[in-house]
Amino acid sequence: MSSAIITLTRADRTRRATSGTMTTLTALCTLFAVGILLVILAYIAWQGIGSVSLRFLLDSPRPVGEGGGIGNAILGSLVLLLLSSAFGMPLGIAIGVFLSEFGAGRFASLVRFVVDTLTGVPSIVTGVFVYAIIVVPLKHFSALAGGVALAVIMIPIVARTTEEMIKLVPHSLREAALALGAAQWKVTLGVVIPAAASGIATGAMLAVARVSGETAPLLFTAFGSRFFSYYLNQPIASLTVQIYNYAISPYDDWHAQAWAATLVLMTLILGINITVRFFTRKKF
Amino acid sequence: MSVRIGGQRPPLNVSWRRALSPTGNAGDAVFRGLMFFAALLILLIVGGMIVALAAKSMLSIREFGFGFLTSREWNPVKGEFGALPFVYGTVVSSLIALLISVPLSLGIAIFLVEQAPRSLARPITFLVELLAAIPSVVYGVWGIFVLAPFLRVHVEPPLARWFGWLPLFRGSITGIGLLTGGIILAIMVTPIISAVVRDVLSAVPNSQREAALALGATKWETTRVVLVNGAPGIAGAVILGLGRALGETMAVTMVIGNRAQISASLFEPSYTIASAIANEFTEATQDLHLSSLVELGLILFLVTFVVNGVARVLVWNVTRKTGTV
Amino acid sequence: MSTPTITPKFAVREPRVGEPLSPQTAAAARVSVRELNFYYGRAQALHNISLNIPERIVMALIGPSGCGKSTFLRTLNRMNDVIAATRVEGEVTIDGRDIYAAGTDVVDLRRRVGMVFQKSNPFPKSIFDNVAYGLRINRLTTSKAELAERVEQALNDAALWSEVKDRLKASALSLSGGQQQRLCIARALAIRPEVLLMDEPASALDPGATFKIEELIFELKKQYTIVIVTHNMQQAARVSDVTAFFLLGKLIEVNATEKMFTNPNEKLTEDYITGRFG
Repeated sequence: MSSAIITLTRADRTRRATSGTMTTLTALCTLFAVGILLVILAYIAWQGIGSVSLRFLLDSPRPVGEGGGIGNAILGSLVLLLLSSAFGMPLGIAIGVFLSEFGAGRFASLVRFVVDTLTGVPSIVTGVFVYAIIVVPLKHFSALAGGVALAVIMIPIVARTTEEMIKLVPHSLREAALALGAAQWKVTLGVVIPAAASGIATGAMLAVARVSGETAPLLFTAFGSRFFSYYLNQPIASLTVQIYNYAISPYDDWHAQAWAATLVLMTLILGINITVRFFTRKKF
Repeated sequence: MSVRIGGQRPPLNVSWRRALSPTGNAGDAVFRGLMFFAALLILLIVGGMIVALAAKSMLSIREFGFGFLTSREWNPVKGEFGALPFVYGTVVSSLIALLISVPLSLGIAIFLVEQAPRSLARPITFLVELLAAIPSVVYGVWGIFVLAPFLRVHVEPPLARWFGWLPLFRGSITGIGLLTGGIILAIMVTPIISAVVRDVLSAVPNSQREAALALGATKWETTRVVLVNGAPGIAGAVILGLGRALGETMAVTMVIGNRAQISASLFEPSYTIASAIANEFTEATQDLHLSSLVELGLILFLVTFVVNGVARVLVWNVTRKTGTV
Repeated sequence: MSTPTITPKFAVREPRVGEPLSPQTAAAARVSVRELNFYYGRAQALHNISLNIPERIVMALIGPSGCGKSTFLRTLNRMNDVIAATRVEGEVTIDGRDIYAAGTDVVDLRRRVGMVFQKSNPFPKSIFDNVAYGLRINRLTTSKAELAERVEQALNDAALWSEVKDRLKASALSLSGGQQQRLCIARALAIRPEVLLMDEPASALDPGATFKIEELIFELKKQYTIVIVTHNMQQAARVSDVTAFFLLGKLIEVNATEKMFTNPNEKLTEDYITGRFG
């Protein structure tokens, strides 16, 4: 039998050409986006690697030209992350559990709406809020204020993922436990949450990654510092604010340190993201 | 509904009224109490946010009234505060961002959902989503030291040469300005818009694609049918991206020049609401200055609230699993 | 060895399964399938199918679920191409052209071989735009008046015109399930395909709507070659001229419908029809 030789009209050929062109265009868009990602990461690696050293990671800032490091900023970021997690994780998980257990009803809808709203609030506005309620009464910047600001940002993220992970737990698991006579709270804490635990942990890690990159809310809550500090009622340095301050300064030396600090920060964030994706991919 | 038979508990997901009624189990009561307390706490936080913002802006609101939004003068020395330059900068930079990002995001989403083979789509999706994980300040660093010089040398001069007859592309070329701010916003907003559009397109049932194919449609024509199906969701994705762009602070602050002026040229430095707050907050000594900055924050809160609300209505049936939105 | 006789006047002598097609019979057939093997990945779904589909008849494909009849139907317009990892061996010839030959324009093939799906899938557009879709993308009309005319004709052919003529701009999704399916049929008919494939078109519909669809098929076969997959044997008996019985990916028997349901050649066919399995 002969192969299909049909004559296509000009219009037909145009249609097919258009389809091919669009495929190429969309592929180019994707290539462009991935390209930008790689360019950014490459620059960070290239510019930052020169200035990173053990000294750099342990030292505190020095005046221009004298070296120095981001040790206090790393410590500060850790303190802030711990603080915000202490406030934000339990509250976020509790709200997630609340929404999944009592999800129907008007009160729950209101709570869900409020949580969604909080997700969309720009982080700088959160900073202004915490400034108003903590910094002003205490009359100074503090790590506590920074931690609270980060916690407020963390809560809706954790709540959302917690709710979704709990909803994934099959109802039959819950019913089996209830049918054995367990109280509802025991079922939730003892059966449902453990079943959703890995998912909740994933969400928590992603929230930490997200919050560790926040700068704006810290600008006038934790403010920043040139010294090692872990007191909650004092201003405290953070990696992100330090990067910002170095980057906008007029000194090349500090610009180099900004790149190096960026490298450190990105290593942390990418590390968390890649680890999380790696583990979630294994599940599905 | 709350009839108890033997040891049977009332069903789950009961309305809150019933939930508060005791089941006779102390553990349950404590548990419910804690959960409700947490929920109340978040309501208090958000409520407190609105109250605090409003309270602290009262001074400025009383002083300037609605003129705050229309006045171009932002002069701390004179005590004159008008928000128009910031509104202008925020709106224009966000518009530029959307203009660049929307076609780009659509292209990415279409490629990943409709065109690419599964094995290729997954790793590429991961890479595109990684763009969303990069913090704002890192974009800012890259913006100052890489993007701005690049634009200054390779992009803005040709733009000035070919399109200089438009007021958009006049003025001194420094690489720092409205255009750079818009471009960096575009990069930041693209992974978000494309992620939501991807979800929307994946949700379109395959029967629609088969219907088009069976009528002799080409791949692109089939994709257009899918786009029609997903139109409301796509609109929601764009508005969601707008919401993010409006509130972006650090990256924009670092590349937009931070000058409170309204100029037609995209090369000129500008100022957004968020960057104004970020820059001037710690240096504001006068109460009126501070109050004006807080009022800016209140405006930003309200605007993003409305924009995000609209977006959620359009995308309400497409949930994002990663919570990065 | 008796060969089956086909009573409908415009069908040709149906060769037995496995019998080589003589040039005459092959030429008169609209669609002829020779030694078709189909694989989903490693699993073989169709085994050595050879079949002749003449012009202007209704051929029903019957068999228990999972026997490959839908898969076979979809090979006729290459709809299986959209599923990954599928493989085809053998020949499917439509109007003398092998549709699986290299260089086949699949887009054109699908315009000439129409398909109606099990669950109606109208586009989220108006009734008019749904029917006009195929006409528009294939540039089959030259003026708005001609377009409107073709749309009306298609809706008439699908026995839907009287019900929708006053609301052509209304959304297609506002129609009932049966009406939506007839709309999909109109949409397929509008581009005047040479062959119409129907994959269990009435299985999702209530008896009243089903009856309307069957009536429609009866009318349509005057102009179109129709291949219909159905799990409902009574429907096959009512509607078709020729029936093909599939089992586990093999073609067991092809026969005139009347003979198939009263005195089939194969024991397996008889067992299936009398309900001994499936």
